[in-house]
Amino acid sequence: MKKSVMIIIGLLGSIHFLLAQQVELVDRNWIVRMNRNTSDTTYVINFWATWCKPCVEEIPHFEKLNSTYKHKKVKVIMVSCDFKKQLESRVIPFVKNKKMESMVVFMNESNPNNWIDKVDDTFSGAIPATLIINGSKGFRYFNEGEITYEILDNIVKPLIQ
Amino acid sequence: MKNILLAIATTCVIIASSFTTTDETGYKIGDMATDFKLKNVDGKMVTLADYKKAKGYIVIFTCNHCPFAQAYEQRVIDLHHKYAAKGYPVVAINPNDKTRAPEDSYENMVLRAKNKKYPFVYLYDETQEIAKAYGATRTPHIYILTKTQTGNKVEYIGAIDDNSEEPKDVTEKYAENALNALLAGKPIIKTNTKAIGCTIKWKK
Repeated sequence: MKKSVMIIIGLLGSIHFLLAQQVELVDRNWIVRMNRNTSDTTYVINFWATWCKPCVEEIPHFEKLNSTYKHKKVKVIMVSCDFKKQLESRVIPFVKNKKMESMVVFMNESNPNNWIDKVDDTFSGAIPATLIINGSKGFRYFNEGEITYEILDNIVKPLIQ
Repeated sequence: MKNILLAIATTCVIIASSFTTTDETGYKIGDMATDFKLKNVDGKMVTLADYKKAKGYIVIFTCNHCPFAQAYEQRVIDLHHKYAAKGYPVVAINPNDKTRAPEDSYENMVLRAKNKKYPFVYLYDETQEIAKAYGATRTPHIYILTKTQTGNKVEYIGAIDDNSEEPKDVTEKYAENALNALLAGKPIIKTNTKAIGCTIKWKK
């Protein structure tokens, strides 16, 4: 009996682990590293949340960008700014239901004032917001507010040539 | 190579023109904030100058629909209960375009203020001119002002505290610290803070 309970707990634990794997946790140090990176990969980092309507509306632009440049040095990273208590109940199910293929990470910081400035000085914390970096080209772009696929594509295209 | 440079240059022009300028045009600490005349949920027009006994104001750009505004709703009510009697009432303003956020229509503001028994005014910035003048970008976004001989001086801009999700885990009450400093005649240590919030739904 004890053994089977242990196995069940073990199984539940690994399922939990698998689900959690889909949405990695990041923190302010991750942002700092991203901003300092010197790689020739173009990082397209979008700050969003499941409850944010304009954010959800523009997810298809990022998904399209992700699939268009799949075989190029482009990495789309969607940073969820949802409440921590909704990570399992809302964010992970959302990512699964929408079949999001871009990398999704979760901003694991309780005090937004500790990390917003690390993204960009002009970031007030209103989402959506998008940061595009190509360290090797010294390229950096930040926009608070909504964005179109055309703008994303116009920025990314010259960076991968 | 030339083509690449040209492409990059073109991109830069596109990027530059797509930047929003709300940040640059809004108030900074020490600026004099404009008064306004906006419709309250009781149907009456309200101006800051109406508050004859106030020492200042806690102006909060907020709304009905935003989960962060909702997370702070009780804390805003508590702020008003604590500081209105000391001379700093809450003045809540909803700047959202109702066609983009129907939950934030004037009618829905009236309902929410009634249901949640708001002890403060809840004003509708229908033209969005006040949110633009202040430089508000998100809800909730707060501005603490003090009344001076020359106008309403901006003393604090930003977040209410350091934990939007869990009121019990708050370690720093930014707005209260600023208000306590003002009431004690001391300098405010943190005059600018940031928080995640919903973008103001500007008219398209």
